[in-house]
Amino acid sequence: MEDAPSIEGNPEGPTAPQMGGGALGDRVYRWVTTLCALLVPALLIYIGITVFVAGWPAFQKAGTSFFTSSRWDPVNGIFGAAPAIYGTLVSSAIALVIATPLAVGAAVFLAELAPRWLRQPVSFLIDLLAAIPSVVYGLWGIFVLAPLMRSMVAPFLKHTLHLGDLPFFSGPVYGPGMLTAGVILAIMILPYISAVTREVLMAVPRSQREAALALGATRWEMIRDAVIPGARSGIVGGIVLGLGRALGETMAVTMVIGNTPKISASLFSTGYTMASIIANEFNEAVSADHQAALMAVGASLLVIALIVNVIARWLVARVGASAS
Amino acid sequence: MMRRKIANVVMLALMWLAAAIVLLPLFAILARLVMQGWSSLNLDFFTKEPLSPGSTGGGMANSIVGSLILLFIASLSGLPVGIGAGIYLAEHRTAPVAKLVRFLADVLNGLPSIVIGIFAWEMLVKPVHHFSALSGGIALGVMMIPLTARTTEEMIRTVPTSLREAALALGYTNWRTSLAIVARTALPGIVTGALVALARVAGETAPLLFTALGNNFWSVSPTQPIDALPLRLFLYATSPYDDWNRQAWAASIVLIALVLLISIAARIAARPRFGKAVD
Repeated sequence: MEDAPSIEGNPEGPTAPQMGGGALGDRVYRWVTTLCALLVPALLIYIGITVFVAGWPAFQKAGTSFFTSSRWDPVNGIFGAAPAIYGTLVSSAIALVIATPLAVGAAVFLAELAPRWLRQPVSFLIDLLAAIPSVVYGLWGIFVLAPLMRSMVAPFLKHTLHLGDLPFFSGPVYGPGMLTAGVILAIMILPYISAVTREVLMAVPRSQREAALALGATRWEMIRDAVIPGARSGIVGGIVLGLGRALGETMAVTMVIGNTPKISASLFSTGYTMASIIANEFNEAVSADHQAALMAVGASLLVIALIVNVIARWLVARVGASAS
Repeated sequence: MMRRKIANVVMLALMWLAAAIVLLPLFAILARLVMQGWSSLNLDFFTKEPLSPGSTGGGMANSIVGSLILLFIASLSGLPVGIGAGIYLAEHRTAPVAKLVRFLADVLNGLPSIVIGIFAWEMLVKPVHHFSALSGGIALGVMMIPLTARTTEEMIRTVPTSLREAALALGYTNWRTSLAIVARTALPGIVTGALVALARVAGETAPLLFTALGNNFWSVSPTQPIDALPLRLFLYATSPYDDWNRQAWAASIVLIALVLLISIAARIAARPRFGKAVD
């Protein structure tokens, strides 16, 4: 890291005779690049302020009931965002529950088990999942996954496993709904969790693995006791990063969640998420109140995404710091 | 010992299984796309404009061109800033400002795209009272900045310090060293980073919903609402008309092809030109 004696950090420049441009050129160049760099935090702050200011009237009018009321009624000008917040949290939680074991398993497979010839193509294919646009997932969700949910998954859960009496799996099954959205989200965040996990696993030194094997551990014991502990906070970071993706994901969810502002214990029930309520209603929001309410939902989503992302980056950075 | 061996075999098998299950949806989605959409990829699709709701036929010529225009505007607005920021980060590695910018670039990268969408609406659509290609392109451009900055930084950092020192020793000024020597050497990598960022926003829909809006007619004006492939796909996928659903599948193939094409271009750009690359 410290291989560069800071040549660039010296405003006087090196003492060698200079040609072309000279001091003025250097100063302009420095200013332009610094400006570009400062634009990043400026943009982030600007986005935050803009969305907050636009949503402020809604926060002010509804007070805390904006977050606690489950009545979202644009016609009568009553805006409680609880159903959208609930939907965002539940669909993301479903996504994490499904995606985490699969993504971590696949990452361990790639980092530890896969034969050399299989490693490259499989990680390419998993990365390909991240290249599929959100709307395409939505299209597939509408015409393939949602019907599949109704005709196979729901009957399996309700009748074969006899889980129909649980509140989660009670009620009618439409196809689109919370569980369908969760499954789509799970597929979408798989490549992100898997990529981060793979990377932190690879960062664990070889000597750790060799030491475990030399002590007579099986491959699995080596993975469990020597590899995963060193990468743990990075893996958690990857999962939190996936959570961040899931919370903000818009199009695919909008297309399969059913878009109704209600809170229901049943995962087969339709719902809303914070992102999908904006996507679905913003262009039709004619009243200033409705617009402000949607902006306020956006501001809340921004805050949640910020917190989740900061935590994730911190966790991943911790592994990088301890590995080097 | 037996129990440990069994646990070993079972767990390793589960890892293999996990990898297989992860790939399952990929094949399911791609197979379905080809099955449903391939037959609709004809000349009409690429040369005609959308017809009125319910009628059969028409194409997405305006959406495809609209998407390209939006990506052009996005590149124009996002890349210079992203690359400039990347150069700054690479040259001021350990400065506190650089650390902060790097961190916030990652945070900006993780911001939900719908939030960028309403931000662009508030800033660029509301004040002028109409939707425009420009606002949509800039919304995408904002999303490109953090990714471009991070990849540019990484690529510039791969250039050996000795090269910079050699140029400075020859009497090059700092800025000429940075641009003509260091950035020039890292150029293929920077191009790759730019293309990766472009591929990422090419499939985005959410930032365009309230900015570019979509347009049933041919439009190439930056100040008018413009159609985009993902927007049309969304409209057709959620419509009740069979013919529109059919075209949505075809549009999916084209959209994925567009994203992959840009990604492949990124890989080609990253390939070393002069024999083996110096790592």
